[in-house]
Amino acid sequence: MKERIEMKYTQGFYPIIGKENLSRDIFSLTICCHEISSLAVPGQFVHIALPGHSLRRPISISSIDREAHTIRIIFAVKGTGTKDLSCLNVGNTIDIVGPLGNGFTLLGKDKKVILIGGGIGTPPMAAMASYYGENAHVISGFRDKTMVILQDEFKRYTPNTYVCTEDGSEGIKGFVTMPLEELLKKEHFDMVYACGPIPMLKAVAQVTERYDTPCEVSMEQHMGCGIGACLVCTCKIKTEHGIDFRHVCKNGPVFDAREVEWNG
Amino acid sequence: MADLNVNILGHDFKNPVIMSSGVFGYGREYEEFFPLEALGGMATKGTTLHKRNGSEGKRITETPSGLLFSVGLQNPGIDYYIENELPNLLTKNTNILTNVAASDKEEYLQIIDKLEQTDAPIIELNISCPNLSGEPYGVSCSSTEMITRAVRERTKKPLTVKLSPNVGNIGEIAKAAEAGGADAVSLINAISGMKIDINTRRPFLRNNHGGFSGAAIFPIALRMVWEAANAVDIPVLGIGGISSSEDALQMIMAGASCVEVGCAIFKDPYAPIKIINEIDQWCDDHGVKDINELIGAVEPW
Repeated sequence: MKERIEMKYTQGFYPIIGKENLSRDIFSLTICCHEISSLAVPGQFVHIALPGHSLRRPISISSIDREAHTIRIIFAVKGTGTKDLSCLNVGNTIDIVGPLGNGFTLLGKDKKVILIGGGIGTPPMAAMASYYGENAHVISGFRDKTMVILQDEFKRYTPNTYVCTEDGSEGIKGFVTMPLEELLKKEHFDMVYACGPIPMLKAVAQVTERYDTPCEVSMEQHMGCGIGACLVCTCKIKTEHGIDFRHVCKNGPVFDAREVEWNG
Repeated sequence: MADLNVNILGHDFKNPVIMSSGVFGYGREYEEFFPLEALGGMATKGTTLHKRNGSEGKRITETPSGLLFSVGLQNPGIDYYIENELPNLLTKNTNILTNVAASDKEEYLQIIDKLEQTDAPIIELNISCPNLSGEPYGVSCSSTEMITRAVRERTKKPLTVKLSPNVGNIGEIAKAAEAGGADAVSLINAISGMKIDINTRRPFLRNNHGGFSGAAIFPIALRMVWEAANAVDIPVLGIGGISSSEDALQMIMAGASCVEVGCAIFKDPYAPIKIINEIDQWCDDHGVKDINELIGAVEPW
């Protein structure tokens, strides 16, 4: 008899058991998938196929409930794929490959950390806040107050939450780097985690470097296979041999901020 | 259980489904979904003389029923391949087609000379990459024949030449490869295509254009495979937008001895396995005992 080979990746169809519209174009889906919830760690993503689309859509996992066997994904409607994803409802099944990629490095729960989310980069920080609890300081940045999401959830885990909006319509007027710098000035933090647009990640990387604080960033890129075979989702990484083109799906999506080549 | 074995390029392919070059790396990733020995074969990532970092920035975008792809042949180079990937692939109990790409004849020959010292069983000569600068050899009959002959003279290994669809006379090009000494032709490579973001007025791909692949190109690929198969006596490997067993069987009936499955695997990681199983089932359902009966079996009007 042949030995049964354990495969690292799986693809399956899973039921959607919850759906919410969090703000204008932002939706949350709760999916029942024991295979994924039992393995997933914060910062990983799932790769979702939709009828009529040749490419899967990578969406980060925003929370993981191992007891309920569920994961939650939160996404913004940006193109035809996410539009179709937003039309799925409770009772529909969803075609997922996952969990994929490398998650954030989790330190001891007693460590003090800062979690930074920008716009639709905020959701993965929900799983991180749930892990670190009140040792987490959560900074979220949005364009304006209509885009603000997940603040009630963050407050359930930690009293230390900060909202920034570009136009000042809610919270601090300005960018996430303002409260970040205030915090780093005041006390020691063991790690900063960030997910959001590239200019924000770059600014966060600069500030954390100045304060000599370790920082991990979650990068985004258009993907093909999602597992490192097709080589389309590039990210430039500094190595001892110069700049190397790594891949967000397999080498990331989480990278050490000091390794990322931010210019170009 | 029909007999799905096809013998081409001096080797038995246990079934006619090969993973095509460019979507499958060196097999290490998709091997985490299914064992490679389930496949008739696999073509490696296009490998060049030296390591290449590939194109800048965004390399993929979706189009209706297809996608545009511009990796720019990122690969670790032939020496790395020979040292680290080929030995692993040779343990996988499937036919390995080493896909070779270069921008000039000298580079091709240097790669071939290196491969000649190895146990790499089959060479797939890519003369049609849509994402290298300069005109690929595959766009004219004379350069196709010249490069095929030059490589033929340097290798005893079975050689299939991967042809470009960006030509008006695919039958003549296939004949040129045959005249140059190819043991088979593989076609089609991706069609050159483009997509523009009207809000930024920029092409989606940093390379401006890329290779257009996916289900959308299947009818074009099928017509070209049919023309090429009618033009040459050597076997044809049919490639281009195959995403189901029906597509694969159409290709075989058009004259392909084997098919190569490409980006269908992005949507369904088990696509090649399903295609193999469904071909088998179809043959059983239709009283076909040997897949070879179907090669070129189309009855044109």
